[in-house]
Amino acid sequence: MSDKALFEYACRLGDDSLILGQRLSEWCGHAPMLEIDLSLANIGLDLIGQATHFLKLAGDVEGKGRDADALAFRRDVLDFRNCLLVEQPNGDFAQTIARQFLFSNWQELLFRDLTRSRNETIAAIAAKAVKEVAYHTRFADEWMVRLGDGTDESRGRIAAGLDWMWRFVDELFEVDAAIAPLIAAGIGADVRALRTEWDARVAKTLADATLELPKPRRATLGGRAGHHSEHLGHLLSEMQFLQRAYPGATW
Amino acid sequence: MVSALSVTVSLRDRVLEILSAVHDPEIPCISVVDLGIVRAVRDGAVVITPTYTGCPATIAIEASIRAALDRAGLADMKIETTLSPPWTTDWISEKGREELRIYGIAPPPRGAAKQSLREQAAKCPRCGSSSTEELSRFGSTPCKALHRCLSCREPFDLFKCH
Repeated sequence: MSDKALFEYACRLGDDSLILGQRLSEWCGHAPMLEIDLSLANIGLDLIGQATHFLKLAGDVEGKGRDADALAFRRDVLDFRNCLLVEQPNGDFAQTIARQFLFSNWQELLFRDLTRSRNETIAAIAAKAVKEVAYHTRFADEWMVRLGDGTDESRGRIAAGLDWMWRFVDELFEVDAAIAPLIAAGIGADVRALRTEWDARVAKTLADATLELPKPRRATLGGRAGHHSEHLGHLLSEMQFLQRAYPGATW
Repeated sequence: MVSALSVTVSLRDRVLEILSAVHDPEIPCISVVDLGIVRAVRDGAVVITPTYTGCPATIAIEASIRAALDRAGLADMKIETTLSPPWTTDWISEKGREELRIYGIAPPPRGAAKQSLREQAAKCPRCGSSSTEELSRFGSTPCKALHRCLSCREPFDLFKCH
């Protein structure tokens, strides 16, 4: 197990949180109600906090003097390792909720597993964050039910949002050669083993929401290898603008 | 002659006294010591831990602690951050809980961190009634949720169980 594998893994964990945190921050001031505005901003803040810790770990492991900010603000799009789900545009509120529902249920199980990681830093970040992610899951689960079991309008929108996001689910449970040694070493989580519980959780909330499980479709993969949708570049151009234009700027 | 041990103990007490005057910038009624952020004082270093992973006050708190130590002539003392064990609301002292309540923030019940999230009604910090309802689970800072008392009708913040 090399430092390179650990760097890769810490970037994947950090980039998932960073990109979704950035996406959620786009809602700030635009959410349908004040309470939702607060919720989405708070969840985004938690995610960016996770990213700060994971990317610091990545920078420390890499040993080239890059800190979390350098990795967040001065890496190019092809070097990002987040899953495709988190970079998907917010769409309408329902599409944002569908994305959060799929992701938070996955991240909660992932972090629960990572509290047992043999890497002390990963275990500590996971133990701290898993309590916060439980709030994210609950928020998203409740909105799935409200929208699904709501009006014809809300129901149609959440079903469409879920249908769009569903193609990015399989990637969450993918294990590739870059990560396999970390799983064998007890450092990384074997996400394949989390699928059954995730499926059960999702099925239960969808039943409560009177929504049908989306039909299986061919998985869209590639984020972990840096093959992103066009959306990520646009997100980064906004997120990274200031540090690109004025490197090292502080305020 | 003073033994090494008593020097250490008195330094620890002195540092804790200094830090008892350093307050959370977003909840100014409570000191960083009573909030449970200060985990240890050992030779040459104060060990602190963040409350919430993404809490923006973390940086301001560290800067305030640094300034307080410097003012007290302890500029050599380092500040170390640890994530493990993770901070929990159980580490808020009894004094801190009472200060929160007086300030208008319902303190989290003891042992709350071990309980399910889906539970008990918050107690109104003004009139003490348990007849309250949640308005928003996410509030003005990461650590708070917004509630309303159904007895005295006042809205209030609840320090979230964590």
